[in-house]
Amino acid sequence: MNVHEYQAKEILARFGVPVPEGAVAETPEQIREIAEKLGGPVMVKAQVHAGGRGKGGGIKFCKDVGEAVDKGSKILGMTLVTPQTGAAGRLVRKVYVTKALDIGHEYYLSVLIDRANAKITIMASFEGGVEIEKVAAETPEKILRETVEPSAGYLPYVGRKIGFGLGFDAKQVKAFTKMLGGMIRCFEECDASLVEINPLVTTPEGEIVALDAKVNLDDSALFRHKDLAELRDIHEEEPLEVEASSFDLNYIKLDGSVGCMVNGAGLAMSTMDIIDLAGSRPANFLDVGGGANKESVTNAFRILLSDPDVKAVLVNIFGGIVRCDRVAEGIIAAAKEVKIEVPLVVRLQGTNAGIAREMLEASGLSLIVAEKLDEAARKVVDAVKGGGK
Amino acid sequence: MSILIDAGTKVVVQGMTGSEGTFHTRQMVEAGTRVVAGVTPGKGGIVHEGIPVFDSVSEAMAKTGANASAIFVPAAFAADAALEAIDAGIPLIVLITEGIPVVDMTKVKNALIASGRSRMIGPNCPGIITPGRCKIGIMPASIHKPGTVGVLSRSGTLTYEAVDQLTRIGLGQSTCIGIGGDPIIGSPFTSLLPDFEADHQSEAVVLIGEIGGSAEEEAAAWIQANMSKPVVAFIAGATAPPGRRMGHAGAIISGGKGTAAEKKAALRAAGITVVDSPADIGVTVARLLGVA
Repeated sequence: MNVHEYQAKEILARFGVPVPEGAVAETPEQIREIAEKLGGPVMVKAQVHAGGRGKGGGIKFCKDVGEAVDKGSKILGMTLVTPQTGAAGRLVRKVYVTKALDIGHEYYLSVLIDRANAKITIMASFEGGVEIEKVAAETPEKILRETVEPSAGYLPYVGRKIGFGLGFDAKQVKAFTKMLGGMIRCFEECDASLVEINPLVTTPEGEIVALDAKVNLDDSALFRHKDLAELRDIHEEEPLEVEASSFDLNYIKLDGSVGCMVNGAGLAMSTMDIIDLAGSRPANFLDVGGGANKESVTNAFRILLSDPDVKAVLVNIFGGIVRCDRVAEGIIAAAKEVKIEVPLVVRLQGTNAGIAREMLEASGLSLIVAEKLDEAARKVVDAVKGGGK
Repeated sequence: MSILIDAGTKVVVQGMTGSEGTFHTRQMVEAGTRVVAGVTPGKGGIVHEGIPVFDSVSEAMAKTGANASAIFVPAAFAADAALEAIDAGIPLIVLITEGIPVVDMTKVKNALIASGRSRMIGPNCPGIITPGRCKIGIMPASIHKPGTVGVLSRSGTLTYEAVDQLTRIGLGQSTCIGIGGDPIIGSPFTSLLPDFEADHQSEAVVLIGEIGGSAEEEAAAWIQANMSKPVVAFIAGATAPPGRRMGHAGAIISGGKGTAAEKKAALRAAGITVVDSPADIGVTVARLLGVA
């Protein structure tokens, strides 16, 4: 789960990471109050879950309160388009108003898990404020990496190693070591999957401050962080995906025209791939999971079919624990509740597939049955291209 | 022969008295597995499904000679169960549970490495089956048949699809392993490929990968350097958009690394037969083995 910058900074501040003073605003009036309270020049920053906000015009320097209200009002309500939002952009509902700082130098700092050794890893670079992927690709020698040994935990020497490596002076290294310890505690205690400060800056006075911050949380651990789970902003997610998640369906909207309903993530991805190979494009990823039943199949159909781009649907279920007859039952029930006006190709394989096929045939539903995977893909692509059957 | 499990494997099921544990214990027994014990802390002494239940893994091992554990414990408690199994030193742990927090898995993985006594498959996996002899997991045993093809996969139902293709074409399987879809797993491809290379029963290996991480690239390097048996590979997720989590936490492509195209290229460069269509897995193995 992603959180907004202001939320990430509030979390990090609790762990002793220095962040610029500021607050979040949803109205011009609130922008004025915050800017007045902060005094002096401020930054107004659009709060959306996407990077590249500055390039899209979502981050502005404002020399005084008047300018903050003026520029901030324009950002509020704007549709911000950045390289990460896609062409549709993202509606800005909140801005973060923070004290503007004089910046000496910009660094990069992050904490994440290296999946290769299953240890918490710190990445840092003298080259901050740019995409770290680019630094990693072009000048990997500029990235410092340190590992936190699980048996020892974070020790100050690790912070010193990176701090001196980044060229900080003795006083700065002391502050940095403490700050990094806070970031790592934050990572562990919040069950984060990424804590990233880009850029981490030094002020002309030599202070170290997190100018921007990103905290990604491990979805699997949210059950033990009720407070953090509440930070979810559903406005930042595709409405259909939000609805699907409320039914424990894993749905991701894509840009093609073949709606897919599959059990299991790997098979769902493969189904998308084979639709592509057959000459069309998948409209979505949809994993009905291991508990596919009448209710989940009905909901899945409703969500799938509410996408106007869907011109045909392919149901591909490989029954293991999931019984195909239960899925067939779901399809028959769904067809009664949800109007299916596009061609429907059904491929049921595995546990009780024979019974399921008989049920579907007896139902009188107008659907196209397929037995093999490539056959199913070919039939659904034919249906899309034929505009019907 | 087969790898990891065989007719002699004696299984303890952690979380056997729960609904998942009960259901799958029954299924495993039906598939021929010798389930000798269950573990549910606090329920030691009862008999469930005709199998004795113990309070701890070490007690179950001492009293029944169990040498493999299947874990069907909810995500919140699964890491604790796995750590207990590692502490007990059981040779094989199959962690089925999905949705274990990553921070918990770092502890499990590091304990696993430090102990050096146990091997672990999973988490978030269908488990292992040596058809006709032993099944530790949740896959439908009925689609399998004993034979000579090894299957290694990061997926669940996609593995069933591949196995089904093999069986229908007349090719049985030596051992099929779902290694799990999470970013941190007990055994990556490279720790299991040597077993298949050494196993006399296995004549070919199907390797099913997916987007995210670098496990397939590492497998490609290992196969090129060490493997004499033919390998057929498929990578799921060629059409997946970057940066999105496709159900499996491990299946995120970020920073231009871990795409299906890059993985396929690495495998092909290592001389491995890669199929673009998931429907071609079975026929391609048959062709390489000269049986079709």
